[in-house]
Amino acid sequence: MERDTWVTLSALQHLLFCERQAALIHVERIWLEDLLTASGRLLHERVDLPGHDSRRTSRVERAVLLGSDRLRVTGRADLVEYLRDATTPSGWRPYPVEVKHGRRKLLDADRVQLCAQALCLEEMHGVEVPEGAIFSGAQHRRHEVRFDAPLRRLTEESIERMHTLLRTQSVPTAVRAPKCDGCSLEPRCLPQVTAGQKRVRDYLRQRVTVET
Amino acid sequence: MTTALNTLFITVEGTRLNKEGECVVVTIQDEKKAEVPLRHLRSVVCLSRAWLTPELMESCIESGIHVSFFGVTGRFLARVEGVPGGNVLLRRQQFRAADDAARTLELARALVIGKVSNARQFILHARRDAEAAHASELSETAKRLAIHLRTLESVSDLDALRGVEGIAARDYFEAFPALLKKGGAEGFSFEGRNRRPPRDPMNALLSFGYALLLQDCAGALSGVGLDPAVGFLHEERPGRLSLALDLMEEFRAPVVDRLVFSLVNRGQLKPEDFRTEFAGAVLLRDEARKAFLVAYQTAKQAKVRHAFLEQETTWGMAPHLQALLLARTVRGELDAYPPFAMHG
Repeated sequence: MERDTWVTLSALQHLLFCERQAALIHVERIWLEDLLTASGRLLHERVDLPGHDSRRTSRVERAVLLGSDRLRVTGRADLVEYLRDATTPSGWRPYPVEVKHGRRKLLDADRVQLCAQALCLEEMHGVEVPEGAIFSGAQHRRHEVRFDAPLRRLTEESIERMHTLLRTQSVPTAVRAPKCDGCSLEPRCLPQVTAGQKRVRDYLRQRVTVET
Repeated sequence: MTTALNTLFITVEGTRLNKEGECVVVTIQDEKKAEVPLRHLRSVVCLSRAWLTPELMESCIESGIHVSFFGVTGRFLARVEGVPGGNVLLRRQQFRAADDAARTLELARALVIGKVSNARQFILHARRDAEAAHASELSETAKRLAIHLRTLESVSDLDALRGVEGIAARDYFEAFPALLKKGGAEGFSFEGRNRRPPRDPMNALLSFGYALLLQDCAGALSGVGLDPAVGFLHEERPGRLSLALDLMEEFRAPVVDRLVFSLVNRGQLKPEDFRTEFAGAVLLRDEARKAFLVAYQTAKQAKVRHAFLEQETTWGMAPHLQALLLARTVRGELDAYPPFAMHG
């Protein structure tokens, strides 16, 4: 089978928020330009991030291109810290850090995205990456994330699910939910009419059966 | 979806447009005339020859601002667009639907229902403040359009559908003289639709309005990833924006026709705002064209309720919503296409 589809790290975030949102963005490619614009802006905001600057014990890499051939996932990490570690062949151990703006609690989506970065780093460097961190901009603090077996399983399953959506080019039906209100894609998704409860035929009938 | 619907119209020959920071700067004869933030723009329409710097063009393409060019007579020349929106699958589904007689009929039926339904609503609105002498004639037109609407429900092929559409259009246009008010519309008359070229002021206004609406519809379709050239009601012809023509049907009466009558009946445009060429073509003079454009933009900002989506929107936003609903229908997420309907 031709295997030329790649899942992007950002798609995982979308997938865990809403499968339809992920499919609208990555299958239908809706609002791609807006997202690119937005991500460019965000990247810009991230220029002056706090980071370790002690060069002997760590080095900081920003906007790091990552990929895994095994999982066919690729993307960019905000920041990867490389920590001195004599037990690894290169002497460095990567430690991914994902930056989130605003003040909010950690979501599975964030953990999965970070874990996917770790899986890529493990494959690229041939070392284990046991943990990373999510940096919350508003709170100005780090939340450490351990890449344990359940998180790794959820991450690999999410990647597989995204592959399936891309391969079958399917867009799941909308499910109206409270989270729709905060979704930037809501005006394009139209969950209130595509969730299936509204019938256009009835609406058309109203248009034609008017008083003569 | 962007709510800013501002269009920058260029009407002065030799206008220069360039980018400074995140703004478009408009220069006429070395004099800076205006500065518009890019993020407030949805499209740039050049109705006379204009210069756009490559840098500005690049920014417009990247931020999805459509740039279109018209010839001096108002003939559409070109529209500059970036990478098509949506995906190739949607377009393939659109082409398959266009090749499928049953689906084409159902889509075309919904489009014509939208057109006739809105034409009828427009007539009903106009009747309310029409001169007493014309009220019964307008009621009669509305009644005939209601009958055509019922007929549309049962037609079983595209030719029959187009036939009913043609009769409905004829009935509708026959009511136009009754919509012209004494006083305001002094000197205007309407004896049927003519175009290419329009031969009276009313037809000149209608043609100009439809040309603007067509471009808005084409832009809205491209925005959701549909091909504006592959239509259902309108047959495909090279160079013809068939789907944009399909989409504009439901907006002709409530957007363009309503605007044209309001301008004429209120005396905002006078017969002297038009010039007649020796061969008979009637054209809007520059000032009148500018007045029309301003009124058109203002009309697009008017609020209107979307009966199917049950939400407030504006006339300017409506083609975008309809393009989206059309894309959803083509993808099979809706059981039929819900045209934009004035009122309940």
